[in-house]
Amino acid sequence: MPQLVIEGLSARYGTTPVLTDVNLSVERGEIVAIIGPSGSGKSTLLRVLVGLLKPQSGSVTVAGQQVNYDSAAALKQVRDRFAVVFQQFNLFQNMTALRNVTIAPTIVKKRSNSEVQAEAKRLLQKVGLGDKFNSYPDELSGGQQQRVAIARALALRPEVLLLDEVTSALDPELVGEVLDTIRTLAEEGMTMILVSHEMAFVREVAGKVVFMADGKVVEVGPPQQIFDNPQAQRTRDFVRRILRH
Amino acid sequence: MSELELFLHPGNLRLIWTSFLMTASLSVLGCGIGFLAGFFLALMRNPRIVPFAPARWFAIVYTETFRRIPFLVKLMVVLFAFQFAGLNVSLFTIAVTTVALTAAAFASENVRAGLESIHANQWDAAEAMNMGGFTALWRVILPQAWPVMIPPSMTYSVGLVKSTSIASQIGLFELTYAARIMTNKGISAGLAFGTILILYFVLCYALNRFAAWLEVRLATTRHRRA
Repeated sequence: MPQLVIEGLSARYGTTPVLTDVNLSVERGEIVAIIGPSGSGKSTLLRVLVGLLKPQSGSVTVAGQQVNYDSAAALKQVRDRFAVVFQQFNLFQNMTALRNVTIAPTIVKKRSNSEVQAEAKRLLQKVGLGDKFNSYPDELSGGQQQRVAIARALALRPEVLLLDEVTSALDPELVGEVLDTIRTLAEEGMTMILVSHEMAFVREVAGKVVFMADGKVVEVGPPQQIFDNPQAQRTRDFVRRILRH
Repeated sequence: MSELELFLHPGNLRLIWTSFLMTASLSVLGCGIGFLAGFFLALMRNPRIVPFAPARWFAIVYTETFRRIPFLVKLMVVLFAFQFAGLNVSLFTIAVTTVALTAAAFASENVRAGLESIHANQWDAAEAMNMGGFTALWRVILPQAWPVMIPPSMTYSVGLVKSTSIASQIGLFELTYAARIMTNKGISAGLAFGTILILYFVLCYALNRFAAWLEVRLATTRHRRA
């Protein structure tokens, strides 16, 4: 049974359609990369999955259970299964790195404080920030903040990790450290949906690549297909353009 | 009796002290109730916290109306509203109500500005982690918004303390009224009004000190440390 099945999913911002009839399935342990020009609906798809934007139609099935985005209880459940890492990190500015990681597990999930503290410290060490527990977001570099955000997402123990262009807001020399962190998670078998413009990285870690344009899924296939032998004309154009430089 | 004897007469000193307490309690109570009400008005205006359009409309209409009516007019309206309702309330109640209604409208604007100064991505992150609206507000948004909300609110409170002198118009026994009584007793206007000038200053200065303390107290740990 796939971990996640998206069928005929459509969504709009006001009257503007932003996702049209999106179909996608993600197996447990699979890494799915979504690529495409900006404005193609990649990030919106992630926002819909966690209920930050209500879908217009279609269905999302997580671990065999269809999600009803109108039900607060169902929404709570689906948010328990997903964790998002945002392009702009979205760390809570009023909290230390450690508190950013511990707040949701303690306040929302009501897990024991000492256990969460220990796990949060372990996670921060894992992303290479063992010496930054008490730093505030504005005392950290972009790459460090994004790694805190990844640790924060992992502390939620998600079944699927959603990564929304997590390196786009970073200076080039800081991209590597964040990609290394994601690479580690990939090796550990974390299920991930990764919206990314880092094509070399996508080719390396993704099991499946989704090319989106204008809110639609244009082509889905293994990285070799998408990058070396794209079937659709739009994919060919996009890949040619981005691989040229 | 000389002017100084009149001024230092225990009865006169008691008059000054009583009227000072009246102005102080009118200001503190009125602003306190007003800011609390304004805080909730601002929450009502925020669709992330209260997703109910009529609540938002009410808050907007209230805020936009009450910010635009002169204090004296509001005072008279409140006075006659109580009379019209057949409620026999004290002048103090009327004055406190007026101060509170005024403070609420302004506080609502300040709180709204504070909440809106926090980037929407903070809400998104909290929501995606299953934090409820109020938890996000209390733990994430407000700690960052206090420093934006408090300074203008306190500046405004000082302005409102000064407006309370208008309550003398309905006969409330506060500082300005006391000054008029003193001049009627034969104390020179310079001494009478000079005295209340100093007392208004003391009250407003105390409010400013309180604001400064509150800003430090409510700022995030990081700013407190700095």
